[in-house]
Amino acid sequence: MKMLINVAERVVADALRGMADAHPELVVDVEHRVIVRRDAPVAGKVGLVSGGGSGHEPLHGGFVGPGMLDAACPGEVFTSPVPDQMVRAAAAVDSGAGVLFIVKNYTGDVLNFNMAAELAEDENIQVAKVLVRDDVAVEDSTHTAGRRGTGATLFVEKVAGAAAEEGAPLERVTALAQQVADSSRSFGVALGAPATPAKGSATFDLPAGELELGIGIHGEPGRERRRIMTSGEIADYTVDTLLADLRPGGPLLVLVNGMGATPLLELYGFNAEVQRVLRERRVAVARTLVGNYVTSLDMAGCSVTLCQADDELLRLWDAPVSTPGLRWGR
Amino acid sequence: MDAGFFRRWLTTAALAVEREADRLTELDSAIGDADHGSNMRRGTAAVTAALDKEGPATPGAVLLVAGRTLVSTVGGAAGPLFGTLLRRTGKALGDAERVGGEELRQALATGVEAVAQLGGAAPGDKTMLDALRPAVEALPDAAAAARAAARGAEATVPLRARKGRASYLGERSEGHMDPGAASATLLFEALAEVTADA
Repeated sequence: MKMLINVAERVVADALRGMADAHPELVVDVEHRVIVRRDAPVAGKVGLVSGGGSGHEPLHGGFVGPGMLDAACPGEVFTSPVPDQMVRAAAAVDSGAGVLFIVKNYTGDVLNFNMAAELAEDENIQVAKVLVRDDVAVEDSTHTAGRRGTGATLFVEKVAGAAAEEGAPLERVTALAQQVADSSRSFGVALGAPATPAKGSATFDLPAGELELGIGIHGEPGRERRRIMTSGEIADYTVDTLLADLRPGGPLLVLVNGMGATPLLELYGFNAEVQRVLRERRVAVARTLVGNYVTSLDMAGCSVTLCQADDELLRLWDAPVSTPGLRWGR
Repeated sequence: MDAGFFRRWLTTAALAVEREADRLTELDSAIGDADHGSNMRRGTAAVTAALDKEGPATPGAVLLVAGRTLVSTVGGAAGPLFGTLLRRTGKALGDAERVGGEELRQALATGVEAVAQLGGAAPGDKTMLDALRPAVEALPDAAAAARAAARGAEATVPLRARKGRASYLGERSEGHMDPGAASATLLFEALAEVTADA
């Protein structure tokens, strides 16, 4: 697989150097792998820190800025960052109002963020955590690692970020983040497997004419393989799978997310089908976002995230945000 | 066994990881995300460098430095889990300048239990524990421990993963060796190797 890289070992460091050059409004510490908004710590403001493996850009580094994250910790490709990064990020953004760790539910992320929370508390930083686990493709039971954190992470980071920007205390920011996490569900479909720099080729074999339902964002195959389906058929399957689990009672926030290698032309066409199914099921939509936000390197495919919204949540969603990956208002 | 022995153990393990990195990554590409080899190689190379730089003077200190370094450099689940294994084993050894086989067995048993607690895995969940537990039981005979670890890793092949990223695959995780069990085996094979040379 051809890649626009120098050497596989330096992919993350090279990307961080490029980010530093493109975004002077961020402090990008290439050596310690922490991305922080330049005006941090903001007096009296709760600090929002997230992080995870690289390869999901713009998540998380691309969501650092006013109205969203205060800092992000990028790990190696598809590998959780280490506690040292998270502690450094927490120290950089803590104004005394405390820090919220937004953690996607993967064994590695959970273990490293837990270790980091203990270490940060040793440095007298008050730390709260919220776990994002929205992927309905994974059976949620004590006999598995539990549902994966995927597209809902964007909703959590945006809503909690807006609340923190308004000066909400740690307890309130955490409660809102938890509400969004609990009210969101995602499901993903792959038309092609991603290639990781370390492996240099596709992480699984997906023959022409087949697709993979229920994929995650780390190149792992999904829960079922089928003959290729049309955009409309994928929307029917995906939305019905989500609604069976979420059972929404009010208007939704909808994310139609590209996995990295699917053109926006196709994503918008897919969104038309997603909205059609939602109308057919008599589910109201309040806001829709379409684009590549929680990606999996060069995987072809898409995911849909639905979040049960309320007025306060929509107000925070609409609040200004100014990050490399998400920017509106103001 | 003194600090020198423990340093040889860990640097031998680092060489084994370097040698086997592609195989570990290949195993991980079947049921994970194809980076276990490169992540472990980064960590164990950092361990070798840290031991050279810090020159810990006791067996316990060697393992503490190594464990801390793994936590700080590997990432993923493997970093905290292998890091905890070595740190807790090192802690259990205290500041003794020399330790015997039985003391090492007891200390490693403590370390393995800490890993089980942290990861929440049970025997047969297709994790590194399936190699670690039988290996520790076979100590203080290091060669027997290495064989037990290898058998334990081999026995993960038909299992369905119930922890970690491989668990997302359900029955599709069957038929592949757990990469964590494979790298845990390298640790015990290195122990057998330096014991035979001692």
